[in-house]
Amino acid sequence: MSGLEARVHVERSAQFRLDVELTIPEGRTVALLGPNGAGKSTAVATLAGLTPLQAGHIKLDGRVLDDPAAARFVPPEERQIGVVFQDYVLFPHLTVAENVAFGLRSGGSTRAEVKSEVVRWLDRFGLGDLAVARPPDLSGGQAQQVALARALITEPKMLLLDEPLAALDVTTRAQLRHELIDHLEGFSGPRLLITHDPTEAFLLADEIYIIEGGRITQVGSADDIRIRPRTSYIADLAGSNLLVGSAAAGIVMVEGFELLVGDTHISGPVLATVHPRAISVHRRHPEGSPRNTWQTEILRIEHYGDRVRLRTGDPLPLTAEVTPVAAEALALSAGSKVWISVKATEIGVEAD
Amino acid sequence: MDRPTVTKRGVSGPPLVIVLLAAVGLAVFVVPLFGLLVQTPWGGLARLLSSDVVLDAIRLSLVSSIAATVISAVVGVPLAWLLARVDFPGRALVRGLVLLPLVLPPVVGGAALLFALGRRGVVGEPLYEMTGLVLPFSTWGVILAATFVSMPFLVITVEGALNSLDRRYEGAAASLGAKRGAVLRRITLPLIRPSLVAGLVLAWARALGEFGATITFAGNLQGRTQTLPLAVFVALESDRDTAIALSLLMVVISLTVLVVLRSRWWRPS
Repeated sequence: MSGLEARVHVERSAQFRLDVELTIPEGRTVALLGPNGAGKSTAVATLAGLTPLQAGHIKLDGRVLDDPAAARFVPPEERQIGVVFQDYVLFPHLTVAENVAFGLRSGGSTRAEVKSEVVRWLDRFGLGDLAVARPPDLSGGQAQQVALARALITEPKMLLLDEPLAALDVTTRAQLRHELIDHLEGFSGPRLLITHDPTEAFLLADEIYIIEGGRITQVGSADDIRIRPRTSYIADLAGSNLLVGSAAAGIVMVEGFELLVGDTHISGPVLATVHPRAISVHRRHPEGSPRNTWQTEILRIEHYGDRVRLRTGDPLPLTAEVTPVAAEALALSAGSKVWISVKATEIGVEAD
Repeated sequence: MDRPTVTKRGVSGPPLVIVLLAAVGLAVFVVPLFGLLVQTPWGGLARLLSSDVVLDAIRLSLVSSIAATVISAVVGVPLAWLLARVDFPGRALVRGLVLLPLVLPPVVGGAALLFALGRRGVVGEPLYEMTGLVLPFSTWGVILAATFVSMPFLVITVEGALNSLDRRYEGAAASLGAKRGAVLRRITLPLIRPSLVAGLVLAWARALGEFGATITFAGNLQGRTQTLPLAVFVALESDRDTAIALSLLMVVISLTVLVVLRSRWWRPS
């Protein structure tokens, strides 16, 4: 099959053990989402061929890249996997144009071919004016663009992005996230996005793999993960509701629905996050309640451990979390009519 | 006490004790130089430095120190790379062997070279029988002695730089299709260039000043093995003015090279 199929097993010590399975079809983006130290960067290093596997296999478009059992190992320079490294790792002694040209020069293109391709790619990324600049003089956003252009120019078979937005400030991050979505769509091979930021994973990936302590604890779409988080880490960090809307004067419009938010200064496109535990569920219209109050229906209800997750319906579908005691007291089940309320200050808002 | 005074005291300069001790440290370097300058026969300098003995010594010193630096670069950089990058058995021992000339008295190094490479030496005898090459008491012997004492400076500097280099630069280059040789040439060596230059300068300076191993292994033959330090040593007994002139010359050459290189390439990064 085309795309990536991998089982990555690396054991570095009794404390560190990475054992994950990844399948990424062509044209799909998978996010590997997890806390720092979960083994994400080691996964990148093994796929790129910078760290050999101890067990398992890596197969890209049917070609075996690493298989310790068969004593097969394709070195990094022959893998054709484009990597955008964490902090970008631009070559500090080369100019922007030389950085972007690096892969083509390694590939044996003629000088003239390299030059015209580099000009084309620099223009595509709006980096034309920075051709002779050096990496230490670039802003974080510019460095990320150079790193992406440097990886894509060689037309790799797969793209690995290790925390591509983590080093950026909030405003630049929102802008580059949009551009990254475009670049990912323009790339036909499998893409793997490594991130610790659930928002990034939800917005950029088709499928999310959650990694904790070197193991995959859940695989699914953003909705799957919100309604049925398998671990408390997932529930706490990856389980938030993410709403895309636009803000003005303390109100965020989400598909025609008005939400009051604490931040009255922000305006324009925004991402709003609401943690499921910040949502209150009532049987009757709550009195003296927050102004974000509306009536809806419970679509699904999932019990897991000491928590219960609800999926609510129109006008604003959300995932809410209550204790089993509360669920019982309110006699909640699929189809129940309930009132939902959210305090304005519990809604996180950032520029999109 | 009001605040501005405290702030001012806080930035009022380094502690006196440190300044005094540093001044004593500097004096260790400056006083001998001063002695040399005071004793220099400035009027006869040109004549003293244009004698055959002196010109031979200058030529030989330059040739042998530069040759030793080139040899150190050609074989020392790969050695440093192996020590930094390959975890082979006995690496600690190899590292110790490479650094040994730094602590060994040069005269002992010269004697060891003689036992190994002398005409009756373990390696020297077969070498002579096969090629007719005799290392002791030849210019090649001078170069070898200089390489022996100077290469550790290059290896230790380059190995340190390789160890502290972020390996991800090389990984990024490999992921972009660069083969190992290209990674070394286009990424690794340019990135460690400041340390590489520093190591080469240190090695060259050590080779230029080499005395003990040279006189033991290569002897003291004018035009063939008598380098500047050896010429100074001989002149001290017979012709004090020449000795001083030669010493001053070495100071000027060394200082010029160090200052020029430091300002051009060898900036601390």
